[in-house]
Amino acid sequence: MAKSPKEEHPQKVFGWAARDSSGSLSPFHFSRRENADGDVTIKVLYCGVCHSDLHFVKNEWGITNYPIVPGHEMVGVVTKTGKSVTKFKEGDRVGVGVIVGSCNACETCQQDLENYCPKVIFTYNSHNHDKTKTYGGYSDMIVVDHCFVLRFPDNLPPDSGAPLLCAGITVYSPMKYYGMTEPGKHLGVAGLGGLGHIAVKIGKAFGLKVTVISTSPAKEDEAIKRLGADSFVVSTDPAQVKAAMGTMDYIIDTVAAVHALAPLIGLLKLNGKLVTVGLPNKPLELPIFPLVLGRKLVGGSDIGGIKETQEMLDFCAKHNITSEIELIKMDYINTAMERLAKSDVRYRFVIDVGNSLSQ
Amino acid sequence: MSNEQEHPRKAFGWAARDSSGVLSPFSFSRRESGEKDVTFKVLYCGICHSDLHMVKNEWGFSTYPLVPGHEIVGEVTEVGSNVQKFKVGDKVGVGCIVGACRSCDSCTDHLENYCPKQILTYSAKYYDGTTTYGGYSDIMVADEHFVLRIPDNLPLDCAAPLLCAGITTYSPLRYFGLDKPGMHVGVVGLGGLGHVAVKFAKAMGVKVTVISTSPNKEEEAVKHLGADSFLVSRDQDQMQAAIGTMDGIIDTVSAQHPLLPLIGLLKSHGKLVMVGAPEKPLELPVFPLLMGRKMVAGSGIGGMKETQEMINFAAKHNITADIEVIPIDYLNTAMERLAKADVRYRFVIDIGNTLKARS
Repeated sequence: MAKSPKEEHPQKVFGWAARDSSGSLSPFHFSRRENADGDVTIKVLYCGVCHSDLHFVKNEWGITNYPIVPGHEMVGVVTKTGKSVTKFKEGDRVGVGVIVGSCNACETCQQDLENYCPKVIFTYNSHNHDKTKTYGGYSDMIVVDHCFVLRFPDNLPPDSGAPLLCAGITVYSPMKYYGMTEPGKHLGVAGLGGLGHIAVKIGKAFGLKVTVISTSPAKEDEAIKRLGADSFVVSTDPAQVKAAMGTMDYIIDTVAAVHALAPLIGLLKLNGKLVTVGLPNKPLELPIFPLVLGRKLVGGSDIGGIKETQEMLDFCAKHNITSEIELIKMDYINTAMERLAKSDVRYRFVIDVGNSLSQ
Repeated sequence: MSNEQEHPRKAFGWAARDSSGVLSPFSFSRRESGEKDVTFKVLYCGICHSDLHMVKNEWGFSTYPLVPGHEIVGEVTEVGSNVQKFKVGDKVGVGCIVGACRSCDSCTDHLENYCPKQILTYSAKYYDGTTTYGGYSDIMVADEHFVLRIPDNLPLDCAAPLLCAGITTYSPLRYFGLDKPGMHVGVVGLGGLGHVAVKFAKAMGVKVTVISTSPNKEEEAVKHLGADSFLVSRDQDQMQAAIGTMDGIIDTVSAQHPLLPLIGLLKSHGKLVMVGAPEKPLELPVFPLLMGRKMVAGSGIGGMKETQEMINFAAKHNITADIEVIPIDYLNTAMERLAKADVRYRFVIDIGNTLKARS
């Protein structure tokens, strides 16, 4: 008979989990493996609340395996390292993001693209090499293969830096891959939430002109004054959209709801690139004529490999880029999830795990 | 002023008068050779599927009477005083465009096909405000910048379709980097565009799989065109077996069709390039795009420099279209057969021998 989450492994762990698709989270006792030779054990200090966490706890993508402990934007401190670990030592400040393992042998892994490995192991709702379930960062500690642990730069605050582990790499990676880093070029950021606000900051750090494209006129002031965007287009205002047609070299589309692509494609210049990093749960309508007439493309991108995630953290440290956060206690999580569903957060909740997760 | 009196030089061709699309003899006129113009006697003209869309006004911007034809080849009879590149007797061709602004960024980058002021070979307005008429006619007058040289070793009749079908498939193979020996590229649809795409890709050293709804095209695809393999897109087992095997796909199908199975055929980081233009939007499944960092792009013909490069490449590798030569009187029947995809793989009108002006 399969062992219970509490008995599966030798190390006792406490966290919060969702048990069913109501998505309601509550205290959960489980266990993690002993620290193996290649492992690092981390006391979790902070964990960002990613919109994916909400999708998963409510089983919106139909792939949730309950009970689920979400959380893949963790910053913590090393408490133990295995014999073969040289990169980290006790007391180091580290991060863990969306993936904790991969096959390590395929071409994709060899190219430092572990996130695209067909056997990638996600930080939660996935299975370890030993077939036991993975549990995420809404918990007091985690044991991770050292190859999937990030060094967290000293000058980045651990609370507002935590969301970089998912939101940060999710927008940084496509900006590099699709060549959206030429100073002076014009980047559109569709959606001003957890992903979008970081895309604005990183875009500005690359020397780009940045326009935020949003359905909410109320966000304009913040976008420009606080985040540094150069301009703002209300996507539901036909006059504003028309005036901006054919002006953008690239667009990062962070919107997770089903939405129209046609106006965004229209905003692109010739050879323009629209990269979607949000995950609507239904297909979108793609008009082909404008792609053909303007040699435009629509691409996807999903987080990034570990090497690139480290590069992103170092880049953010250099440019002092952190997330705008609302720090919450663990027992606020269900309210936070409700507010997140209504986009009522500027712009990421971060759980103060170290100070508020108590049994 | 009537079509016959508009310009000094008498011309004769076949035109559609209304959206029934029926073509019939049509007397009109063309301008005198300006100092940069090349005049040539038309010998052959390919029938592009766009001609069918246009005679029936399926895209909504046709102007009647409409003389189609943008795969035109012939022999130079006169050159303007400032023409540098051509002389009387040269074998030349004209493709989809006969004018552009010549000063915008696109034109400067040899991408006249993306110039916002490009002038189409037919059913458009020339610089002097008069209507442009295409190659289903006895003579053509075109600015030398938009005239291509046809190398001696290419037979004129089966070279004609290269001027649209050829550049439409050659350009994206180059631009999207699907031309590297050893790569695996899929070609969806085995018609006028598709069969030329197969030949170009093979000449570039690429492994080619044809993806088609018609199982009876397999033998031709493999034995005659040189494709390495063939997938029947409605056969689930075949499609399943080919999942994640292609670096790129050139999709030539202009009818509505599902993108999801094609995206599935791509390897991670793969590119689906649309060169057929379905009228209505297609469904874009976002998950697979993200999970594999894949992209869907469009491409439309090519600039003049690249079109000449393509013709020279075709001459070097002896690539021509597979054609059915028809007399002008067969035109309406050919259009009906084209609507049913009943042609292997391009009709070419023998203008030189069968188009005679009626007195």
